[in-house]
Amino acid sequence: MSVFLLKRLLTFAATLAVASMVVFAVLELLPGNAAQVILGDTATPESLAALEARLGLDQPQLQRYGTWIGGLLQGRSATSISYDMPTGALIAERLQVTLPLAVMAMLFTVVVALAAGVYAASRHNRLGDVGVMFASQLGIAIPNFWFAILLILLFAVKLQWVGAGGFPGWREEDGGGLWDGLAALLLPAVSLAVVQASVLARWTRSAVLDVMREDFVRTARAKGLSRRATLWRHVLRNAMIPVLTIIGLQFAFLISGTIVVEQVFVLPGLGRLVFQAIANRDLVVVRDVVLLLVAMVVFVNFVVDVLYAVIDPRLKPSDA
Amino acid sequence: MPEPAVLARGSATPAATFWSRARRHPSFVLGALLSGLFAAGAALSLLWTPHPAAEIDVPNKLALPSAAHWLGTDSLGRDIGSQLLVGAQTSILVGVIAVLIGLLCGVALGCLAAARRGWVEEAVMRLSDFTFAFPALLSAIMLGAIYGPGLVTATVAIGIFNIPVFARTARASANAVWSREFVLAARAAGAGPWRITLDHVLPNIASILIVQCTVQFATAILAEAALSYLGLGTQPPTPSWGRMLNEAQTQMFQAPQLAIWPGAAIALAVLGLNLVGDGLRDLLDPKLARRR
Repeated sequence: MSVFLLKRLLTFAATLAVASMVVFAVLELLPGNAAQVILGDTATPESLAALEARLGLDQPQLQRYGTWIGGLLQGRSATSISYDMPTGALIAERLQVTLPLAVMAMLFTVVVALAAGVYAASRHNRLGDVGVMFASQLGIAIPNFWFAILLILLFAVKLQWVGAGGFPGWREEDGGGLWDGLAALLLPAVSLAVVQASVLARWTRSAVLDVMREDFVRTARAKGLSRRATLWRHVLRNAMIPVLTIIGLQFAFLISGTIVVEQVFVLPGLGRLVFQAIANRDLVVVRDVVLLLVAMVVFVNFVVDVLYAVIDPRLKPSDA
Repeated sequence: MPEPAVLARGSATPAATFWSRARRHPSFVLGALLSGLFAAGAALSLLWTPHPAAEIDVPNKLALPSAAHWLGTDSLGRDIGSQLLVGAQTSILVGVIAVLIGLLCGVALGCLAAARRGWVEEAVMRLSDFTFAFPALLSAIMLGAIYGPGLVTATVAIGIFNIPVFARTARASANAVWSREFVLAARAAGAGPWRITLDHVLPNIASILIVQCTVQFATAILAEAALSYLGLGTQPPTPSWGRMLNEAQTQMFQAPQLAIWPGAAIALAVLGLNLVGDGLRDLLDPKLARRR
């Protein structure tokens, strides 16, 4: 197990390293260079040279990559061009919105989806199953940002219970507070979770149904185990493998969804940061935010890989 | 060999059996109708739209549905119905290309990983993990930063994201097939990895892949809409459902009805494709079909 974990950790680190190289290389592919893109076509040669020196573009590429990654590893980040502060500080500030939003949405997703999926499977082809499947079909088809707009139309425009967007902050001295913050994230999290939970509920149902047809389930029932006990002890554990894969896959969608939904609700999270950075041509921020989002996806999939081995001992380290 | 004049009862061709069962599958029929409507709308818009989709008519802006404008007009007086019809073309184009990119590359990689195991599998899966770490949106952000936002960069970004989805699905299902007794029997009979992949693995994972195709097609439509909503996809004046929603949001307090139609169009198209996918899963998987 420890060898398996070490191997997974190494591949996790290697994946991150390659990802950072790709992000770096892709932004190097820019026609002209970053300073040209930032300043536009009308820049004077002097201002261009000054910005190139500030961005370190006069140094060789390998050295710049080394400076970037070396700095990140030591906890230092580059300075944003448009905000004139370290990207680390900017990102940390925005994560206070994006991370709770993603966690809330994932929690809603997993709780609703597992309950609905297992319920539907246990009522296979009966009214409860058909109802859950119909609701999930609708949920899956609805774009999350449209659902977000509909929620705003209903709760902000028509009922006027909440504002049409914005975030008050977590601290009371900023005019917000824990509850105000959570309340502001509630509709965004719901609009993210509706779609994700619908996808996951369908997969959970079909995974549970597949396992319920296995011989060992028939054996468990034949030896006198109740339907409920069979479901909890044998079916769920085996059905979790494909379900976990989907949760891992969904995390990437959740990250993208967060970025889109932040735009709809005007939330000051990572999504808005990256779009403002694109608008301001602040490539330093784009680079660091993209790397962070990629790292989050890689990390979640690393955790899923490790969980496989915990859930299913048959997946030996060499197979997993 | 001459064809028998009359097919004996119960010996219908597989295609005929498929269609006779498909007709009795309500959600497949509903999905096929919605998908048909979606495709027909796109096809019709190639020949005819009630008004030119990009025609600006400011005096008639924000008009409610009427005989002249069935679904009303937007903030520039453009006909919503015509824009929706033309927008369907964009969605289909992006969906087909993005799924093809993912299917061709992903299934090849997934089957290769399952057949070869060892370091090949490790390499393919790490490559897949790696590609997967770049959601379509992030790829579109980076590609958009280099080449400028547009339909091509958005489609490529969605296609790249589809590759690891197909690779993972294909590899996981193919691994399950490889551990079955009939594959062991085929190996004992001397079949090589490619013969087994073609004869046993692909037919056994085809239904899963077909379902995945329809799901990814639907996902691609959603992704294109999201990217266009954010300004990273279809650019004006090409009509796109996502961009219509973006424009609608700015008019939300004056004309909330604008936010309804494009979203409903996306939802119905995606619903149709997903219902077809679900129906195909039932109809194509004999193991499931027998037991349901």
